[in-house]
Amino acid sequence: MQVASSVPAPVDLAADGRPTRMNASTHVSTVIRTNPQDDKALIQELRAGSESAFVGLVTRYNCEMIRVALCFVRDEATAQEVVQDAWLGVLKGLATFEGRSTLKSWIFSIVVNQAKTRGVREARSIPFSSLAAQEASGTEPAVDPSRFLGPDEQWPGHWAQPPQSWGQDPEACFLQAEMMGQLAHCVESLPSAQRTVLLLRNVAGHDADSICNTLGITMTNMRVLLHRARSKLRNELERYRSELPASAQSTQ
Amino acid sequence: MMDCNELVEVITSYLEGDLPQADRERFDAHLKECPYCVIYLEQMRATLRALGEIPLESFSQAGLDNLLAAFRSWRTEPQ
Repeated sequence: MQVASSVPAPVDLAADGRPTRMNASTHVSTVIRTNPQDDKALIQELRAGSESAFVGLVTRYNCEMIRVALCFVRDEATAQEVVQDAWLGVLKGLATFEGRSTLKSWIFSIVVNQAKTRGVREARSIPFSSLAAQEASGTEPAVDPSRFLGPDEQWPGHWAQPPQSWGQDPEACFLQAEMMGQLAHCVESLPSAQRTVLLLRNVAGHDADSICNTLGITMTNMRVLLHRARSKLRNELERYRSELPASAQSTQ
Repeated sequence: MMDCNELVEVITSYLEGDLPQADRERFDAHLKECPYCVIYLEQMRATLRALGEIPLESFSQAGLDNLLAAFRSWRTEPQ
């Protein structure tokens, strides 16, 4: 990265020579800031040159950004580069950022745009809207239809093979590293557009409108993709749990 | 009356809060009658909560150093 070789700035002075107000403190901000008021305070800290505010921002969003970038580019190394470039774009735009979206949405829209451009340059991607339409087309039942009673049964459309309870505290099971690894693996295995929508909605926490705008897809397709992705993950976790030894299940 | 196989298809709209009122009432009415769909809904919620807990790989120190260098040069430049 070119900027790394530029002359290091004095650490304790802001652009206008005033001492920056966060320098006395070395803590890294880990507070999740999502509402506009908090954004405003954070942006002020960043514009004042607060290094801890910047490190806090990077550590908070960097991994999610890499995942999002990975939806558009070939490998993790490229995704890392895209995200580095996106952070430079964030720095460049910070002075003029008007706060019409949340800081988080803005940052993610930068990384998505950079990753899309990069993906196109690598001649890998087809337009996201086409991919989305393709993955949202046809029918794809949320649950295997054979698990429901047929039209000739007494209760057609009701469960024939119902889901089994995951216990009083399903999270206790999910928090096991193996289970979480399995979930992460399932997310990676989702079709590309479904994965992107799911990550933006359920991992990055974006609202539906901003996802449609950022990706250039219709609300209808966005909903279908999200539904298919979520249904698949539940099915996979159900399958995974059913294959655990009975002793592991009963301890939950 | 909503059947189980319809419920599993509108569950995302239900959880996203954009299921039309009439369907929402049918959904809720079905849940009162069907313990299996209650389990299904809870599993879906648990899946979504777990998604928020996937451990993320830590960010490499070299990458962070580069960004910090960029940040330092950014704040000395006129904006």
